Amino acid sequence: MKYSIKQVVATAIGSAIFFVLARFVSIPIFANTYLTLQYAVLGFFAAVFGPFCGLLIGLIGHTLTDLAFGWGIWWSWVIASAVVGFLSGFVVKSKKAEEGALEKSDLVRFIFGSLLVHGISWGLVAPGLDIAIYAEPANKVFIQGLIAGAGNFVFTAVIGTALLAAYAKTRVKTGSLG
Amino acid sequence: MTSFGYIPRKTIVDEMSGASKIFLTLAMSISAMITFDTRFLLLVIAVSISLFIMAKISFKEIKAILVFIFVFLLINNIAIFLFAPEQGVLIYGTRNELLRISERYTITVQQLYYQMNVTLKYFSIVPIALVFFLTTDPAEFAWSLNTLGVSYKIAYAVSLALRYIPEVQRNYRDISQAQQARGVDISKKAPIKARLKGVLTILFPLVFSSLDRIEQISNAMEMRGFGREKKRTWYSGRSFISYDYIVAVIAILCIGLSVYTIVLNNGRFYNPFI
Repeated sequence: MKYSIKQVVATAIGSAIFFVLARFVSIPIFANTYLTLQYAVLGFFAAVFGPFCGLLIGLIGHTLTDLAFGWGIWWSWVIASAVVGFLSGFVVKSKKAEEGALEKSDLVRFIFGSLLVHGISWGLVAPGLDIAIYAEPANKVFIQGLIAGAGNFVFTAVIGTALLAAYAKTRVKTGSLG
Repeated sequence: MTSFGYIPRKTIVDEMSGASKIFLTLAMSISAMITFDTRFLLLVIAVSISLFIMAKISFKEIKAILVFIFVFLLINNIAIFLFAPEQGVLIYGTRNELLRISERYTITVQQLYYQMNVTLKYFSIVPIALVFFLTTDPAEFAWSLNTLGVSYKIAYAVSLALRYIPEVQRNYRDISQAQQARGVDISKKAPIKARLKGVLTILFPLVFSSLDRIEQISNAMEMRGFGREKKRTWYSGRSFISYDYIVAVIAILCIGLSVYTIVLNNGRFYNPFI
Protein backbone atom coordinates (compact mmCIF):
# COMPACT_ATOMS: atom_id res chain seq x y z
CA MET A 1 0.00 0.00 0.00
CA LYS A 2 1.22 3.48 -0.85
CA TYR A 3 1.53 5.94 1.99
CA SER A 4 2.91 9.07 0.36
CA ILE A 5 4.97 11.79 2.03
CA LYS A 6 2.05 14.15 1.64
CA GLN A 7 -0.17 11.69 3.49
CA VAL A 8 2.42 11.36 6.26
CA VAL A 9 2.42 15.13 6.74
CA ALA A 10 -1.37 15.36 6.39
CA THR A 11 -1.68 12.70 9.11
CA ALA A 12 0.52 14.77 11.40
CA ILE A 13 -1.12 18.14 10.80
CA GLY A 14 -4.59 16.58 10.84
CA SER A 15 -3.85 14.94 14.20
CA ALA A 16 -2.50 18.24 15.54
CA ILE A 17 -5.68 20.10 14.51
CA PHE A 18 -7.83 17.27 15.91
CA PHE A 19 -5.91 17.56 19.18
CA VAL A 20 -6.14 21.35 19.47
CA LEU A 21 -9.87 21.37 18.67
CA ALA A 22 -10.62 18.54 21.09
CA ARG A 23 -8.47 19.91 23.86
CA PHE A 24 -9.03 23.65 23.75
CA VAL A 25 -12.04 24.50 21.63
CA SER A 26 -15.26 23.35 23.17
CA ILE A 27 -18.51 25.12 23.71
CA PRO A 28 -20.38 23.91 26.79
CA ILE A 29 -24.06 23.40 26.04
CA PHE A 30 -25.22 21.27 28.93
CA ALA A 31 -23.86 19.64 32.08
CA ASN A 32 -20.87 17.48 31.04
CA THR A 33 -21.76 17.90 27.36
CA TYR A 34 -19.64 19.95 25.00
CA LEU A 35 -19.86 20.80 21.35
CA THR A 36 -16.56 19.89 19.72
CA LEU A 37 -15.51 20.35 16.15
CA GLN A 38 -12.75 17.78 15.63
CA TYR A 39 -14.90 15.23 13.80
CA ALA A 40 -15.80 17.72 11.08
CA VAL A 41 -12.09 18.22 10.42
CA LEU A 42 -11.45 14.47 10.62
CA GLY A 43 -14.14 13.80 8.00
CA PHE A 44 -12.72 16.52 5.77
CA PHE A 45 -9.12 15.28 6.01
CA ALA A 46 -10.21 11.69 5.38
CA ALA A 47 -12.16 12.75 2.30
CA VAL A 48 -9.20 14.68 0.91
CA PHE A 49 -6.29 12.42 1.91
CA GLY A 50 -7.88 8.98 1.91
CA PRO A 51 -9.01 6.26 4.35
CA PHE A 52 -5.62 5.22 5.76
CA CYS A 53 -4.77 8.82 6.57
CA GLY A 54 -8.20 9.24 8.20
CA LEU A 55 -7.71 6.11 10.29
CA LEU A 56 -4.36 7.36 11.58
CA ILE A 57 -5.65 10.87 12.32
CA GLY A 58 -8.49 9.42 14.37
CA LEU A 59 -6.14 7.05 16.17
CA ILE A 60 -3.27 9.46 16.84
CA GLY A 61 -5.40 12.55 17.44
CA HIS A 62 -7.71 10.81 19.91
CA THR A 63 -4.92 8.96 21.76
CA LEU A 64 -2.88 12.15 22.23
CA THR A 65 -5.99 14.00 23.40
CA ASP A 66 -6.76 11.32 25.96
CA LEU A 67 -3.15 11.33 27.19
CA ALA A 68 -3.03 15.11 27.51
CA PHE A 69 -6.30 15.22 29.43
CA GLY A 70 -4.72 12.73 31.80
CA TRP A 71 -7.68 10.40 32.14
CA GLY A 72 -5.92 7.39 30.62
CA ILE A 73 -6.66 6.04 27.16
CA TRP A 74 -10.23 4.96 26.40
CA TRP A 75 -9.55 2.44 23.70
CA SER A 76 -13.19 1.79 22.85
CA TRP A 77 -13.75 5.41 21.81
CA VAL A 78 -10.28 5.80 20.32
CA ILE A 79 -11.01 2.87 18.02
CA ALA A 80 -14.40 4.37 17.17
CA SER A 81 -12.65 7.60 16.12
CA ALA A 82 -10.24 5.62 13.97
CA VAL A 83 -13.20 3.86 12.32
CA VAL A 84 -14.81 7.25 11.61
CA GLY A 85 -11.62 8.40 9.87
CA PHE A 86 -11.18 5.16 7.95
CA LEU A 87 -14.74 4.88 6.65
CA SER A 88 -14.98 8.61 5.84
CA GLY A 89 -12.11 8.08 3.43
CA PHE A 90 -14.33 5.93 1.23
CA VAL A 91 -17.26 8.31 1.00
CA VAL A 92 -15.93 10.55 -1.75
CA LYS A 93 -13.03 9.79 -4.08
CA SER A 94 -10.04 11.70 -2.72
CA LYS A 95 -8.65 12.02 -6.23
CA LYS A 96 -11.79 13.83 -7.26
CA ALA A 97 -11.45 16.23 -4.34
CA GLU A 98 -7.81 16.83 -5.16
CA GLU A 99 -8.59 17.72 -8.76
CA GLY A 100 -11.29 20.16 -7.79
CA ALA A 101 -13.86 18.05 -9.58
CA LEU A 102 -16.29 17.76 -6.66
CA GLU A 103 -19.88 18.38 -7.66
CA LYS A 104 -22.99 19.01 -5.66
CA SER A 105 -23.85 15.33 -5.83
CA ASP A 106 -20.51 14.53 -4.14
CA LEU A 107 -21.30 16.88 -1.28
CA VAL A 108 -24.71 15.25 -0.83
CA ARG A 109 -22.90 11.90 -0.91
CA PHE A 110 -20.54 13.17 1.79
CA ILE A 111 -23.46 14.14 4.04
CA PHE A 112 -25.28 10.82 3.69
CA GLY A 113 -22.02 8.91 3.86
CA SER A 114 -21.15 10.69 7.12
CA LEU A 115 -24.54 9.70 8.53
CA LEU A 116 -23.70 6.07 7.81
CA VAL A 117 -20.12 6.41 9.10
CA HIS A 118 -21.11 8.01 12.39
CA GLY A 119 -24.02 5.61 12.72
CA ILE A 120 -21.66 2.65 12.48
CA SER A 121 -18.98 4.14 14.74
CA TRP A 122 -21.05 5.55 17.59
CA GLY A 123 -24.06 3.28 17.15
CA LEU A 124 -22.20 -0.03 16.82
CA VAL A 125 -18.42 0.14 17.32
CA ALA A 126 -18.13 2.35 20.43
CA PRO A 127 -21.03 0.80 22.38
CA GLY A 128 -20.09 -2.70 21.16
CA LEU A 129 -16.58 -2.29 22.51
CA ASP A 130 -17.86 -0.74 25.74
CA ILE A 131 -19.99 -3.84 26.25
CA ALA A 132 -17.18 -6.21 25.25
CA ILE A 133 -14.45 -4.53 27.31
CA TYR A 134 -16.23 -3.03 30.31
CA ALA A 135 -19.40 -5.17 30.35
CA GLU A 136 -21.37 -1.94 30.49
CA PRO A 137 -25.17 -2.24 30.30
CA ALA A 138 -26.35 -2.22 26.67
CA ASN A 139 -29.11 0.38 26.96
CA LYS A 140 -26.76 2.89 28.64
CA VAL A 141 -23.95 2.70 26.08
CA PHE A 142 -26.32 2.78 23.13
CA ILE A 143 -27.94 5.97 24.41
CA GLN A 144 -24.49 7.48 25.07
CA GLY A 145 -23.37 6.52 21.57
CA LEU A 146 -26.54 7.96 20.07
CA ILE A 147 -26.03 11.34 21.77
CA ALA A 148 -22.34 11.55 20.85
CA GLY A 149 -22.95 10.26 17.33
CA ALA A 150 -25.78 12.70 16.62
CA GLY A 151 -23.63 15.67 17.64
CA ASN A 152 -20.60 14.48 15.70
CA PHE A 153 -22.69 13.77 12.63
CA VAL A 154 -24.42 17.17 12.60
CA PHE A 155 -21.07 18.96 12.84
CA THR A 156 -19.51 16.82 10.14
CA ALA A 157 -22.50 17.30 7.84
CA VAL A 158 -22.58 21.07 8.27
CA ILE A 159 -18.97 22.12 8.81
CA GLY A 160 -17.19 19.24 7.06
CA THR A 161 -19.29 19.73 3.94
CA ALA A 162 -18.65 23.48 3.97
CA LEU A 163 -14.90 22.80 4.28
CA LEU A 164 -15.04 20.35 1.40
CA ALA A 165 -16.97 22.78 -0.81
CA ALA A 166 -14.51 25.58 -0.03
CA TYR A 167 -11.59 23.25 -0.68
CA ALA A 168 -12.93 22.21 -4.09
CA LYS A 169 -13.03 25.89 -5.05
CA THR A 170 -9.36 26.39 -4.17
CA ARG A 171 -8.20 23.59 -6.45
CA VAL A 172 -7.38 24.20 -10.07
CA LYS A 173 -9.43 21.85 -12.23
CA THR A 174 -7.57 19.35 -14.40
CA GLY A 175 -7.41 20.55 -17.97
CA SER A 176 -8.13 24.13 -17.00
CA LEU A 177 -5.67 26.85 -17.75
CA GLY A 178 -7.27 29.36 -15.36
CA MET B 1 -4.27 27.63 26.78
CA THR B 2 -1.76 25.87 28.96
CA SER B 3 -1.29 22.17 29.07
CA PHE B 4 0.72 19.94 31.27
CA GLY B 5 3.35 17.67 29.87
CA TYR B 6 6.85 16.30 30.05
CA ILE B 7 9.30 17.88 32.49
CA PRO B 8 12.69 16.17 33.01
CA ARG B 9 12.85 14.99 36.63
CA LYS B 10 15.96 12.82 36.52
CA THR B 11 14.38 9.79 38.15
CA ILE B 12 14.71 6.11 37.24
CA VAL B 13 11.43 6.31 35.36
CA ASP B 14 12.79 9.17 33.24
CA GLU B 15 15.89 7.17 32.47
CA MET B 16 13.85 4.31 31.03
CA SER B 17 13.37 4.42 27.30
CA GLY B 18 10.09 5.58 25.82
CA ALA B 19 9.79 2.26 24.01
CA SER B 20 9.56 0.24 27.21
CA LYS B 21 7.11 2.69 28.76
CA ILE B 22 4.83 2.52 25.71
CA PHE B 23 5.08 -1.26 25.82
CA LEU B 24 4.14 -1.36 29.51
CA THR B 25 1.25 1.08 29.03
CA LEU B 26 -0.13 -0.99 26.16
CA ALA B 27 0.35 -4.29 27.98
CA MET B 28 -1.31 -2.99 31.14
CA SER B 29 -4.28 -1.49 29.32
CA ILE B 30 -4.80 -4.61 27.21
CA SER B 31 -4.52 -6.96 30.18
CA ALA B 32 -6.86 -4.78 32.24
CA MET B 33 -9.33 -4.82 29.36
CA ILE B 34 -9.26 -8.60 29.06
CA THR B 35 -10.13 -9.63 32.59
CA PHE B 36 -12.62 -8.54 35.25
CA ASP B 37 -10.71 -10.21 38.09
CA THR B 38 -10.73 -7.77 41.02
CA ARG B 39 -7.44 -9.04 42.43
CA PHE B 40 -5.68 -8.61 39.10
CA LEU B 41 -7.05 -5.08 38.57
CA LEU B 42 -5.87 -4.11 42.06
CA LEU B 43 -2.43 -5.52 41.27
CA VAL B 44 -2.21 -3.49 38.05
CA ILE B 45 -3.20 -0.34 39.91
CA ALA B 46 -0.65 -1.08 42.66
CA VAL B 47 2.18 -1.56 40.14
CA SER B 48 1.34 1.59 38.22
CA ILE B 49 0.95 3.67 41.37
CA SER B 50 4.37 2.53 42.57
CA LEU B 51 5.83 3.63 39.23
CA PHE B 52 4.01 6.89 39.76
CA ILE B 53 5.69 7.36 43.13
CA MET B 54 9.07 6.38 41.67
CA ALA B 55 8.62 9.01 38.95
CA LYS B 56 8.24 11.68 41.69
CA ILE B 57 5.26 13.31 40.02
CA SER B 58 3.86 15.80 42.48
CA PHE B 59 0.26 15.48 43.58
CA LYS B 60 -0.32 19.16 42.81
CA GLU B 61 0.31 18.60 39.10
CA ILE B 62 -2.49 16.10 38.75
CA LYS B 63 -4.97 17.26 41.41
CA ALA B 64 -7.34 18.85 38.88
CA ILE B 65 -7.29 15.73 36.72
CA LEU B 66 -8.01 13.44 39.65
CA VAL B 67 -11.01 15.56 40.63
CA PHE B 68 -12.23 15.39 37.06
CA ILE B 69 -11.80 11.62 36.86
CA PHE B 70 -13.57 11.20 40.18
CA VAL B 71 -16.56 13.24 39.00
CA PHE B 72 -16.61 11.36 35.70
CA LEU B 73 -16.55 7.94 37.35
CA LEU B 74 -19.25 9.03 39.78
CA ILE B 75 -21.54 10.13 36.94
CA ASN B 76 -20.77 6.92 35.07
CA ASN B 77 -21.65 4.82 38.11
CA ILE B 78 -24.92 6.65 38.64
CA ALA B 79 -25.76 6.19 34.95
CA ILE B 80 -25.01 2.46 35.08
CA PHE B 81 -27.26 2.05 38.11
CA LEU B 82 -30.08 4.07 36.54
CA PHE B 83 -29.95 2.13 33.29
CA ALA B 84 -29.25 -1.37 34.59
CA PRO B 85 -29.71 -1.89 38.33
CA GLU B 86 -29.68 -5.68 37.88
CA GLN B 87 -26.54 -5.96 35.70
CA GLY B 88 -24.48 -7.37 38.59
CA VAL B 89 -27.12 -9.98 39.39
CA LEU B 90 -27.16 -10.96 35.73
CA ILE B 91 -23.39 -11.42 35.65
CA TYR B 92 -22.80 -13.16 38.97
CA GLY B 93 -25.97 -15.23 39.00
CA THR B 94 -26.85 -14.69 42.65
CA ARG B 95 -28.87 -11.98 44.38
CA ASN B 96 -28.30 -10.54 47.83
CA GLU B 97 -30.49 -7.53 48.45
CA LEU B 98 -29.19 -4.70 50.61
CA LEU B 99 -31.73 -1.95 50.18
CA ARG B 100 -34.97 -1.71 48.27
CA ILE B 101 -35.58 1.77 46.84
CA SER B 102 -38.47 1.04 44.50
CA GLU B 103 -39.86 -1.77 42.37
CA ARG B 104 -37.10 -1.33 39.79
CA TYR B 105 -34.21 -0.04 41.86
CA THR B 106 -32.75 -2.36 44.44
CA ILE B 107 -29.22 -2.11 45.71
CA THR B 108 -27.68 -5.58 45.67
CA VAL B 109 -24.24 -6.75 46.78
CA GLN B 110 -23.66 -8.09 43.25
CA GLN B 111 -24.44 -4.75 41.65
CA LEU B 112 -22.08 -2.91 44.00
CA TYR B 113 -19.35 -5.46 43.31
CA TYR B 114 -19.88 -5.22 39.55
CA GLN B 115 -19.78 -1.42 39.57
CA MET B 116 -16.66 -1.46 41.72
CA ASN B 117 -14.99 -3.67 39.11
CA VAL B 118 -16.03 -1.41 36.24
CA THR B 119 -14.65 1.59 38.14
CA LEU B 120 -11.37 -0.24 38.85
CA LYS B 121 -11.15 -1.20 35.21
CA TYR B 122 -11.58 2.39 34.07
CA PHE B 123 -9.18 3.66 36.70
CA SER B 124 -6.49 1.01 36.15
CA ILE B 125 -5.17 2.74 33.02
CA VAL B 126 -5.05 6.24 34.55
CA PRO B 127 -1.82 6.18 36.62
CA ILE B 128 0.30 4.36 34.03
CA ALA B 129 -0.89 6.64 31.21
CA LEU B 130 -0.01 9.66 33.36
CA VAL B 131 3.43 8.22 34.16
CA PHE B 132 4.06 7.56 30.49
CA PHE B 133 2.88 10.99 29.38
CA LEU B 134 4.64 13.01 32.08
CA THR B 135 8.00 11.21 31.97
CA THR B 136 8.57 10.61 28.26
CA ASP B 137 10.31 13.19 26.09
CA PRO B 138 8.09 13.71 23.00
CA ALA B 139 11.28 13.81 20.91
CA GLU B 140 11.68 10.14 21.75
CA PHE B 141 8.18 9.08 20.64
CA ALA B 142 9.07 8.37 17.02
CA TRP B 143 12.10 6.27 17.85
CA SER B 144 10.13 4.39 20.53
CA LEU B 145 7.27 3.51 18.20
CA ASN B 146 9.67 2.49 15.46
CA THR B 147 11.59 0.28 17.90
CA LEU B 148 8.32 -1.43 18.82
CA GLY B 149 7.75 -2.33 15.18
CA VAL B 150 5.54 0.52 13.96
CA SER B 151 6.42 1.58 10.40
CA TYR B 152 8.76 4.58 10.55
CA LYS B 153 6.50 6.66 8.36
CA ILE B 154 3.69 6.35 10.90
CA ALA B 155 6.12 6.89 13.78
CA TYR B 156 7.37 10.01 12.04
CA ALA B 157 3.80 11.23 11.58
CA VAL B 158 3.26 10.92 15.34
CA SER B 159 6.34 12.95 16.17
CA LEU B 160 5.48 15.51 13.50
CA ALA B 161 2.03 15.83 15.07
CA LEU B 162 3.61 16.51 18.46
CA ARG B 163 5.93 19.01 16.85
CA TYR B 164 3.06 20.90 15.23
CA ILE B 165 0.55 20.91 18.09
CA PRO B 166 2.03 24.09 19.65
CA GLU B 167 2.15 25.71 16.24
CA VAL B 168 -1.47 24.90 15.40
CA GLN B 169 -2.39 26.18 18.86
CA ARG B 170 -0.53 29.44 18.24
CA ASN B 171 -2.12 29.71 14.82
CA TYR B 172 -5.55 29.24 16.34
CA ARG B 173 -4.87 31.95 18.91
CA ASP B 174 -3.58 34.41 16.32
CA ILE B 175 -6.56 33.93 14.01
CA SER B 176 -8.90 34.09 16.98
CA GLN B 177 -7.44 37.44 18.08
CA ALA B 178 -7.61 38.79 14.56
CA GLN B 179 -11.27 37.85 14.32
CA GLN B 180 -12.02 39.28 17.75
CA ALA B 181 -10.42 42.56 16.65
CA ARG B 182 -12.95 42.54 13.85
CA GLY B 183 -15.75 42.22 16.35
CA VAL B 184 -16.35 38.46 16.44
CA ASP B 185 -17.44 37.51 19.95
CA ILE B 186 -16.53 34.00 21.10
CA SER B 187 -16.59 34.71 24.83
CA LYS B 188 -19.08 33.22 27.25
CA LYS B 189 -21.23 36.33 26.98
CA ALA B 190 -22.26 35.64 23.39
CA PRO B 191 -25.22 33.31 22.76
CA ILE B 192 -24.31 29.78 21.63
CA LYS B 193 -25.24 30.34 18.00
CA ALA B 194 -23.07 33.46 17.72
CA ARG B 195 -20.18 31.68 19.46
CA LEU B 196 -20.41 28.76 17.09
CA LYS B 197 -20.38 31.11 14.12
CA GLY B 198 -17.41 32.89 15.65
CA VAL B 199 -15.48 29.65 16.09
CA LEU B 200 -16.15 28.81 12.44
CA THR B 201 -14.60 32.09 11.29
CA ILE B 202 -11.46 30.83 13.04
CA LEU B 203 -11.66 27.21 11.89
CA PHE B 204 -11.74 27.92 8.16
CA PRO B 205 -8.55 30.00 7.96
CA LEU B 206 -6.89 27.53 10.33
CA VAL B 207 -7.68 24.52 8.14
CA PHE B 208 -6.77 26.20 4.88
CA SER B 209 -3.51 27.68 6.11
CA SER B 210 -2.69 24.18 7.42
CA LEU B 211 -3.29 22.70 3.98
CA ASP B 212 -0.68 25.11 2.58
CA ARG B 213 1.58 24.03 5.41
CA ILE B 214 1.18 20.37 4.45
CA GLU B 215 2.25 21.22 0.93
CA GLN B 216 5.37 23.06 2.14
CA ILE B 217 6.47 20.45 4.67
CA SER B 218 5.95 17.50 2.35
CA ASN B 219 7.89 19.22 -0.43
CA ALA B 220 10.76 19.92 1.98
CA MET B 221 10.75 16.29 3.14
CA GLU B 222 10.64 14.99 -0.39
CA MET B 223 13.63 17.10 -1.36
CA ARG B 224 15.56 15.64 1.55
CA GLY B 225 14.76 12.15 0.38
CA PHE B 226 12.30 11.10 3.11
CA GLY B 227 10.82 7.66 2.51
CA ARG B 228 13.36 6.42 0.01
CA GLU B 229 14.90 3.76 2.21
CA LYS B 230 13.26 0.92 4.11
CA LYS B 231 14.80 2.02 7.40
CA ARG B 232 15.95 5.24 8.98
CA THR B 233 17.97 6.40 11.96
CA TRP B 234 16.77 8.73 14.70
CA TYR B 235 18.37 11.63 16.52
CA SER B 236 16.86 10.71 19.84
CA GLY B 237 17.35 6.96 19.92
CA ARG B 238 19.00 5.45 22.99
CA SER B 239 20.22 2.12 24.26
CA PHE B 240 18.25 0.07 26.75
CA ILE B 241 19.24 0.04 30.43
CA SER B 242 18.53 -2.77 32.86
CA TYR B 243 15.29 -1.12 34.03
CA ASP B 244 13.95 -1.35 30.49
CA TYR B 245 14.26 -5.12 30.58
CA ILE B 246 12.60 -5.26 34.00
CA VAL B 247 9.70 -3.17 32.67
CA ALA B 248 9.42 -5.41 29.59
CA VAL B 249 9.27 -8.50 31.80
CA ILE B 250 6.58 -6.89 33.98
CA ALA B 251 4.59 -6.05 30.84
CA ILE B 252 4.74 -9.63 29.54
CA LEU B 253 3.91 -10.99 33.01
CA CYS B 254 0.88 -8.71 33.09
CA ILE B 255 -0.56 -10.13 29.90
CA GLY B 256 0.28 -13.69 30.93
CA LEU B 257 -1.32 -13.26 34.34
CA SER B 258 -4.40 -11.66 32.84
CA VAL B 259 -4.90 -14.60 30.47
CA TYR B 260 -4.27 -16.98 33.37
CA THR B 261 -7.08 -15.38 35.43
CA ILE B 262 -9.49 -16.24 32.61
CA VAL B 263 -8.46 -19.88 32.78
CA LEU B 264 -8.58 -19.77 36.58
CA ASN B 265 -12.05 -18.18 36.75
CA ASN B 266 -13.50 -20.06 33.77
CA GLY B 267 -14.30 -16.77 32.12
CA ARG B 268 -13.66 -13.07 32.47
CA PHE B 269 -15.41 -12.60 35.79
CA TYR B 270 -14.07 -13.58 39.18
CA ASN B 271 -17.14 -14.66 41.11
CA PRO B 272 -16.80 -14.53 44.91
CA PHE B 273 -20.51 -15.30 45.43
CA ILE B 274 -20.35 -19.04 44.71
